[in-house]
Amino acid sequence: MAGFAAILNRYSTALQISPLVITLTLFLVGPVVVIIILSLWKFDGFMTLDGVWTFKNYIKIFTRSLTVINYLETLKLLAITLFVTFILGFTLAYFLVFDIVKLRTKMLLFLLCVVPFWTSAVIRTVAWIPFLGSEGIINQAIMGIGLSDQPLKFLLFSEFAVLLSYIQIFTLFMMAPLFNVMARINKDLIEAARDNGASSLQILWNIILPLCKPGIAIGAIFVIALVASDFTAIRILGGAKVGTVAASMANQMYNVQYPPAAATGMILLLAVLLLVGGIMRMVDVRRQL
Amino acid sequence: MRENIKRAPGYWPRAVLFYFYLLFLYGPIVIILILSFQDENASLSFPMQGFSIYYFKEVIDPQYIGDFRWPFGRSVILGLISMVLTMGIAFLAGLAFRKNFRGNILVFYIVVASLICPSILISLGIGIGFANLGLTSQWWSGGLGAHLSWTLPFGVLIMLAVFSRLDPRLEEAAVDQGATKWQTLRNVTIPITLPGLVGVALFGFTLSYDEYPRISNVAGEFNTLPVELVNALALAATPAIYAIGTMTTLFSLAVIFSTFIIVYFMAKRRQGFGLKKT
Repeated sequence: MAGFAAILNRYSTALQISPLVITLTLFLVGPVVVIIILSLWKFDGFMTLDGVWTFKNYIKIFTRSLTVINYLETLKLLAITLFVTFILGFTLAYFLVFDIVKLRTKMLLFLLCVVPFWTSAVIRTVAWIPFLGSEGIINQAIMGIGLSDQPLKFLLFSEFAVLLSYIQIFTLFMMAPLFNVMARINKDLIEAARDNGASSLQILWNIILPLCKPGIAIGAIFVIALVASDFTAIRILGGAKVGTVAASMANQMYNVQYPPAAATGMILLLAVLLLVGGIMRMVDVRRQL
Repeated sequence: MRENIKRAPGYWPRAVLFYFYLLFLYGPIVIILILSFQDENASLSFPMQGFSIYYFKEVIDPQYIGDFRWPFGRSVILGLISMVLTMGIAFLAGLAFRKNFRGNILVFYIVVASLICPSILISLGIGIGFANLGLTSQWWSGGLGAHLSWTLPFGVLIMLAVFSRLDPRLEEAAVDQGATKWQTLRNVTIPITLPGLVGVALFGFTLSYDEYPRISNVAGEFNTLPVELVNALALAATPAIYAIGTMTTLFSLAVIFSTFIIVYFMAKRRQGFGLKKT
C-alpha cells in the first residue's frame, strides 16, 4: 500500500491532468484528425472509405464563387453581431457595475439576465416565429397602427431574424466577461480622474475602456465561436436566404457529401483559430482567469 | 423621506436600455408560454385559438404527436452524466494546472480549441470516427463525448478561475498543522472551492441538457430532446413544441432554484460550523 501511495504521489499531476487530456484527445483531437483525413479523400457521391487521396475538395472550395458568398455572409453576420453585442453588453455591464449601487440589486439583475439561458436553445430560437411571422405580433402592430397595409416579409426567415436571435442570445457572452473586468476596476481611479477634472467621456475612454480590454477579448472569442458554428438558428429563422459557412457544411452533411463537408469544416476551423489566435496574442486571456 | 440620490449622467438612458434588454430577452419566451395554452389544431402564431391544456396533455400522453418523454429522459440522464464527469475531470485538471506541469500551455490551448471548434465539425468527426471503427455512435457513447467536448472547456476555465483566487496559505497552514495531503484536499481545498464546483455542475448539466449541434450527427438511433425538437420542427410544427418549451423551462427553473437553495444552505451550514469551532 505504501508503494501504491508513493506512486500516486509521484505521478499525481499526471494522474490529475490525464482524464482531461484523454477525453479531449478522444473527442476533439481525434475527430479533427478524422476530418483532416476525410477532407483529403476522393468524393464519389457515396460514403467514401476507399481512401483515394486528393486535394480536390480543397481546390473546389477555393475555386467556386459560393465559398466567397458564404464567407462574406458569415463575416457580415459576425461583424454586426460583434458590434451590437459589444455596445449592448458594455452598456448593460456599465449599468450594473457603476449605476446600481446595492450589491443585492446588482446580483438580482444579473441573475435576471442569466435565467433565460436555462431554457432550451431550440425553443428560444423558435420563440421568434410568433413574434416576427407575417401574422406575428410585430406585423399586427405595424398594420394595426397603419404604418403598412401589408405584413413586412423581411422580418422572419431572413438575415434580420437570425441577427435578432444572435443578439438576444449572445449578448450575455459579451456582457458577463465585461461585467467581471469592470467590477474589478478600482473606484479610486475614477475618483482621482474626476478630481483632476476629467470629463465622464474622458474617464470612459481613457480609464474604463482600456481596463475592459481583457473582457472585450474574452467576449469576442465567445461571440466569434458561437456565430461561426451556428447553423440551427439559420435553419430555423434564416429560411433559404441565409447561407453561412457552417450552414453550408450542414447542408453538405445532410446530402451525405462528407469529404467536401470535412474540407469546408477544416477551412472554417482554421479561420476561427486565426481570429481567436489573433485576439489571444493581443490579450493574455489566461492571466485574466 | 428618502434623500434624493444623485444619478450619474446618462443613468436613465442606460436604465431604459437595460430594462428593454430584459423585455427583449423574456418577451419571446413569455409569448410561447401563452401560446402553449391553445386548443386543438392551433397555429404557431397569434391570434390565440381557445384556451386549454390540450397540448400539455398531448406531450404527457401523446396520441397524435411524437413521443417526447423518452428524449427528455435521455437528455436529463446525459446531462447528469456530463455534469458528474465535467465536475470530476475539471476539478482534477484544476489541481494539475496549479502546479504548472510541463505542457500546461498546450493543454490550455487544446481546452480553448475545444470551446471554439465549430460544433458541426466535431459532430461529423466523431460520427465518421465511430463508423470507421465499425461502431455506431449512440447518445451515451459518441453523444456523451460530443457533449463533454463542449462542457469541459467551461468547467476547466471556471476551475482555473476558482483556483487562481484560492489562497495557497490556507492549505499550507493545514499541512503545517500536520494534515495529510488527502485531509488537506478533503477538509480545506474542496470546501473552499465548493461554490465554484457547484457552478461547474450547473454549467455541465445545462450546457449538455441543451446541446444540439455537437450531438446532431452522433445521437444514434435514439434522440435527445434538442435533436427530437429540431426534427419535429422540420416535419410539422405544432404548438406542442411550445408546450414542451413551457414544461422544460419550468423544469430548468426548478433545477436552478433548488441548486441555489442547496448552495444557500451549504453556505449557512459552513458558517454555523465555523462559529461552533471558535
